[in-house]
Amino acid sequence: MEHDSFLLGDQTFSSRLLLGTGKFSDVGVMTRAIAASGAQIVTAALRRFDRDRPHDNLLGPLLAMPGVTLMPNTSGARTAEEAIQAARIARELCGSRFIKVEIHPNPRHLMPDPIETFNAARVLAAEGWIVMPYIPADPVLAKRLEEVGCASVMPLGSAIGSGQGLSTAGLLQIIIREARIPVIVDAGLRSPSQAAAALEMGCAAVLVNTAVAAAGDPAAMAAAFAQAAAAGRQARRAGLMAAAEEAQASSPLTAFLQ
Amino acid sequence: MKLMLNGEPVETAVTFVAELVREQAGAAGRVAVVVNDRVVPAADHAATRLSEGDRVELLTFAGGG
Repeated sequence: MEHDSFLLGDQTFSSRLLLGTGKFSDVGVMTRAIAASGAQIVTAALRRFDRDRPHDNLLGPLLAMPGVTLMPNTSGARTAEEAIQAARIARELCGSRFIKVEIHPNPRHLMPDPIETFNAARVLAAEGWIVMPYIPADPVLAKRLEEVGCASVMPLGSAIGSGQGLSTAGLLQIIIREARIPVIVDAGLRSPSQAAAALEMGCAAVLVNTAVAAAGDPAAMAAAFAQAAAAGRQARRAGLMAAAEEAQASSPLTAFLQ
Repeated sequence: MKLMLNGEPVETAVTFVAELVREQAGAAGRVAVVVNDRVVPAADHAATRLSEGDRVELLTFAGGG
């Protein structure tokens, strides 16, 4: 199959798996999982420097990974203004042009705030950022974000860290059908088969974190997700057969024994 | 001089942002500095003077999805 890639801003990517860096037991486990995943984009969050743990800074280890683009997120921001400030801080730290706009004010359900997210994304896109908003699976919001210049939309499959899979599948299908920018399912995936299903549906990629970080062997799970996402993508390009209501014989039914 | 550093009061003898970064986060690699809600670019750390009562944030990257 010829080279197959997707575009975010002015950059092309071929890996269909983006990886988060949260919840890993240590930096070595994290870097091995990133390497095994083949991810070309990884996320990280901003945090106050902790004097008592000066070596927790992930910037060095992440920048040392070849072929990896860092996509800082704005987690912790509760308003558009805070998210825009987080983007500026992230750029100061790593020079990133990518920003994952993530604004979820309620720690109990972590659902993204569509209004603050839209307002932040509009400002950042106008400033030239490659804006990747994490959003509820809302087709109207997704289209509005595309119209103000976002590079992608990242609707949730289900709640962050829940492992409930593609509970928003029906809405994701509408978003994909209408979108002219890559759709990346972000959050809620538990198993590689769910990543394959998202790619078969027409998503450009999936973003996974907890399912890898919380696995018994994170590097092996990262590789499994990468293979599943690639398989789903290949199936999508190959063209899935139409489903039928009733059985359709695949062997001839001629009664040759009579 | 008293500062609010990452939300905590601290007493320091330094004058410039670059000195504060060395004093507080010398071993941490690169940190971003925000003084009174304004991001101070690394190129300006040496020349940016701190004042009594400034609110200073030092930030790094941590794991996140």
